[in-house]
Amino acid sequence: MKILLAVTEVATVDDAFEIEGTEIPDQYLGADLNEWDEYAIEEAVQLQEADIAAEVVTVTIGPETCEQTIRQALATGADRAIRIWDEAFEAVDLLDVSTKTAILRAVVAEEEPDLVLSGVQSDDDSWGATGVALAAAVDYEWAAVVNHLAHDFEDGTASVRRELEGGVEELTTVDLPAVLTIQTGINEPRDVSLPDSPQTKRKPLEVYGLADLGLEESVAESRVRLTAMSEPERESDTTVWEGTPEETAGELADLLREREVVQ
Amino acid sequence: MSDILAVVDHRRGELRDVSYELISAGRGLADATGGDLHLAVISGTVERFAEKLDREGVDAIYTVDYGEEFNHGVYTQVTTQLYDKLAPQYVLTANSVNGIEYAPAVATELDLPIVTDAIDLEADDKTLTVTREIYGGKVETTVELEGPAICTIRTAEWPGGEGTGTADIEAFEATIDEDALGSSVRGFEEVGGGDVDIADADVLVSVGRGIDDEENLELIEDLADALGATISASRPVVDSGWLPKNRQVGQSGTVVTPDVYIAVGISGAVQHVAGMKGSDTIVAINTDPNAPIMDIADYAIQDDLFAVVPALIEEFQ
Repeated sequence: MKILLAVTEVATVDDAFEIEGTEIPDQYLGADLNEWDEYAIEEAVQLQEADIAAEVVTVTIGPETCEQTIRQALATGADRAIRIWDEAFEAVDLLDVSTKTAILRAVVAEEEPDLVLSGVQSDDDSWGATGVALAAAVDYEWAAVVNHLAHDFEDGTASVRRELEGGVEELTTVDLPAVLTIQTGINEPRDVSLPDSPQTKRKPLEVYGLADLGLEESVAESRVRLTAMSEPERESDTTVWEGTPEETAGELADLLREREVVQ
Repeated sequence: MSDILAVVDHRRGELRDVSYELISAGRGLADATGGDLHLAVISGTVERFAEKLDREGVDAIYTVDYGEEFNHGVYTQVTTQLYDKLAPQYVLTANSVNGIEYAPAVATELDLPIVTDAIDLEADDKTLTVTREIYGGKVETTVELEGPAICTIRTAEWPGGEGTGTADIEAFEATIDEDALGSSVRGFEEVGGGDVDIADADVLVSVGRGIDDEENLELIEDLADALGATISASRPVVDSGWLPKNRQVGQSGTVVTPDVYIAVGISGAVQHVAGMKGSDTIVAINTDPNAPIMDIADYAIQDDLFAVVPALIEEFQ
């Protein structure tokens, strides 16, 4: 079985930050591997270690700076990586679900994986839609919010559990090939050591632009436009206790005594 | 092209609350576009559901009596066919675990733009403006688009539709291509039972990602002991395997309404807040002043939990 892993580098924002127009200046931003994708990577690598997956290929849409994150996936065990970037992306504020779907569709057509794994959503933008949109585009079957995947794949199907709301899980059988969006907690991602090791660096990382994938530049023009960004209005009437830890703990202790939580 | 089509959510014989919220959100959009609000109810006891959904502001309800439970293939096929029949301007679904399992597929099939997890919607005769949150609720954005689109709405953001309506209820004859249904639901399982039901606790000390390490849980246990409280947790702590699933507060865990909820090192992601906002008194201890929990809390301490919690334990010794 061949697995294609969609890996996203997400932006992280400092506790204190400012907004300029529809952007947060770089000085307040960091970068990290998307938390959900850590679990998807671990799941793929476990399938590889169990000799179920013969090859694990990652695909990432992002500029060159994301290669540090891609190396992390390679260090965990993925065999090779594909990174998609194009000058056309630099002029736009956001790549919407349709754009990302069109790009990944071209990669799936090229790689023909049996299983595509991605995180349920990204930490930063939280669209949570590309995996399912992609499945429909490439005519694969799919399941979203998967928190258990059986490793037997009998009769060309995947047996999964989907995490529904309220502590209920749905037990579902999905035909392969399929796209599964992976929920956190499905496994325990290993600590990745040595993303800069020579062994990781030797793994192939190919970079493609839109033309390489046979796509027009117009793919980058999302129909959804980002028009405003702001800090949410604070409507709350929160009482903020200030002072040393002893003082604030004292305020809380008084409240708990008043509420007769403790005497 | 000014109508709204909203597809409702149900599970195991019950309409989910968001179905009624879709009526409010859909009516608001229909008022803005000058169109009608159509609802679709797919699978299950559709006639019973349709009667319940006939509330003020609903113009028509289409029922599709096929199967009992949600199947994303069926929902995708039916929604696509209803779109072809009704030519609505906007399609709305819930941003639920099931909603996000078919809405993006509908978007692909119909080549429509999709915007997920909306917390506010505005429309005029050509533009849809959607408000959504990014960076875990620390930043709000608006996105805009022209032309027809599909949008998923966050649960518990709109009030439920009320009153009694005069909707036309009509069975819609969808054509289900069964060969194209590549997944089947074998059943459901309740998870997270066990020794403690956190929903019964009067006082919860709830621990989140800020605890950093499993070893540090001892500090939280000491606090819970000092207060005679029960320990609960947010998702990352349970995902890490540091506490069992039955301790998880939130949308996918347990909904709790204690007298006092002390959130220690919890940022307050929307999925968590959905599980604890009904608590009588909420206290947050967090270093990040912009963490959403700091707005939801009645009382907040913006400081390091490793400084405040020991001081608090000291108070009761």
